[in-house]
Amino acid sequence: MTAPLPSLRARVTPPDAVSPAPTHGHPPLIEVDRLSLYYGAARALHDISFAVPERLVTAFIGPSGCGKSTLLRCFNRMNDLIDNVRLEGTVRIGGEDIYARDIDVIELRKRVGMVFQRSNPFPKTIFDNIAYALRLQGLRRKSEIADIVEQSLHQAALWEEVKDRLHASALGLSGGQQQRLCIARAIAIKPDILLMDEPASALDPLATAKIEDLILDLKQQFTIVIVTHNMQQAARISDATAFFYLGELIEHDATSKIFTNPARKQTEDYVTGRFG
Amino acid sequence: MLVGATNSSLAQEYREIIPPEDFARVPPDRLRQYLGLTRQQFEQMDEETLKDLMSLRIEAKAQMPDDPDAELNTTEWRYLLGPHQWTGYDRPAYIWQPVSQIHKYNLLPLFIGSLKTTFVALLFAVPLAIAAALYVSQLAHPRAREWLKPGIELLSGIPSVVLGFFALIVMASFFQALFGYPSRLNAFVAGLALGLAVIPVVFSIAEDALTSVPRSYTEAALALGSTRWQAAWQIVLPAALPGVFAATVLGFGRAIGETMIVLMASGNASIVSWNLFDSTRTLTATIAAELAETVVGGHHYRVLFLLGALLFAVTFVANLVGDLVIHRLKGRLEGRR
Ligand SMILES: Nc1ncnc2c1ncn2[C@@H]1O[C@H](COP(=O)(O)OP(=O)(O)OP(=O)(O)O)[C@@H](O)[C@H]1O
Ligand SMILES: [Mg+2]
Repeated sequence: MTAPLPSLRARVTPPDAVSPAPTHGHPPLIEVDRLSLYYGAARALHDISFAVPERLVTAFIGPSGCGKSTLLRCFNRMNDLIDNVRLEGTVRIGGEDIYARDIDVIELRKRVGMVFQRSNPFPKTIFDNIAYALRLQGLRRKSEIADIVEQSLHQAALWEEVKDRLHASALGLSGGQQQRLCIARAIAIKPDILLMDEPASALDPLATAKIEDLILDLKQQFTIVIVTHNMQQAARISDATAFFYLGELIEHDATSKIFTNPARKQTEDYVTGRFG
Repeated sequence: MLVGATNSSLAQEYREIIPPEDFARVPPDRLRQYLGLTRQQFEQMDEETLKDLMSLRIEAKAQMPDDPDAELNTTEWRYLLGPHQWTGYDRPAYIWQPVSQIHKYNLLPLFIGSLKTTFVALLFAVPLAIAAALYVSQLAHPRAREWLKPGIELLSGIPSVVLGFFALIVMASFFQALFGYPSRLNAFVAGLALGLAVIPVVFSIAEDALTSVPRSYTEAALALGSTRWQAAWQIVLPAALPGVFAATVLGFGRAIGETMIVLMASGNASIVSWNLFDSTRTLTATIAAELAETVVGGHHYRVLFLLGALLFAVTFVANLVGDLVIHRLKGRLEGRR
């Protein structure tokens, strides 16, 4: 990363203004209000306010270490697992404050699925990887589980490749197949939101293209938030894009606007590859 | 017999008699073998001593029991392993009585003793140790973990004679008061005390295996909406199964090889019984208790040696089978089969 831009420090944000969300008429599903997050004494997120619209793909871009993954993990409270994390501000999903005392985190995570940067299928069979997620939901009927497994694998464009070896270990799959299996596993339980943290960063262009097609397909059903370092990818698949820098939200707008006519200089420099 | 041809038959021993008057006529080597002396012992003895020994044999023969069993070589496999109706018994039985006049060397009571105590120990220790390992590695707060792990592992530093003493004095009375069984020292008490020695072994290895399961599995499970307990039990434990199984095999080796605890707490009665509340006697305790009193090279000595060899064979086979199972489990986890 190059030196921070001078203009960045001079930026003025009205403190309680939520960035204008490019909603295309879609209502906001995730609303972040004045969110700050600290790892111990180090602040990773600084006073972030914006909204993620329903059934669109929102991309998070920004240089490494700017807090994209941290913000993503706020949406399903995976940060709870890390010691010494402190949070200020609110995150509402569907109007509900997910950090309120009476929130059932387990239920929240069933509604907000996540796909990780490094594919992490369980060391179980392909079938059981998805069936495990379904059993967590309380599904018990074998036929029902088998149906949903097949359906999710179809949706994740993996069915044709694995239908003959459903009961082989998932660790025998290629990296791209493993990542699609993780997507299948995440969508099998029909979450409202799908969080994806650089889902294609470890994959070759062909496998990446498959995942991208998949995302475009899935947005009919799910609200997707995706972190990516690949500008072309963000431009191809997302409807809205948020640019972060050093823990701050610099700009949030329709993807076409961010990539053609950004309002801020740092955004322009970043998306054109002049820094970051 | 495995450790060289041996004949423990009394009749055989006294079949031939050389009277002391014949002392001068027998070749020295022959006489030495007859008296069962080593070359060195033989050379150190004067004629008087040797003649005394010869008369002692005649006396011993006179006292030999009038018993058909005296004709038997009790170190034959069928007496070592099978039941035999000894004189005075109303049915065939498995008897270990090496210092009676007829040496009865049946191994079965000792095997059963070892298996019973080991079984109790593993039944008690393995689930507890694995649960503790799962808790410490997956669920405990890092600060609790910092003292729990060394705390449990410190158990392995307790000398087994201390555990044996504890079992003998405290546990035996406590459990007798609790369950009201007749014999105070038995396989159950010995097994529990043995379990205390097995727990740190199983815990330490199982904890390592569980800790080395990638965090990403747990994260994936939690992100799907599992509780931490579900993730630990349904994802991490199966993923660490080869290591956990290895820990169990090692615990088995520790349990079946442990001597002092069972010597002190099992009651040492060589009884064929599957009842856990009967006194019992293990292979290891038998070797420890009897070996010092045997004649080096004699049949009792050799039978005890055989016990040791069998003990080695059992642990060897257990480890071998364990290793095969671990390989299969690993292969399955890694998708190679
Ligand atoms: N578990 C943690 N403990 C302490 N600090 C952390 C932790 N995770 C992240 N951080 C810090 O928080 C900041 C933001 O990290 P984050 O992982 O969110 O960045 P990112 O934008 O996802 O970067 P990348 O593009 O490299 O994935 C970084 O400065 C990082 O060092
Ligand atoms: Mg990241």
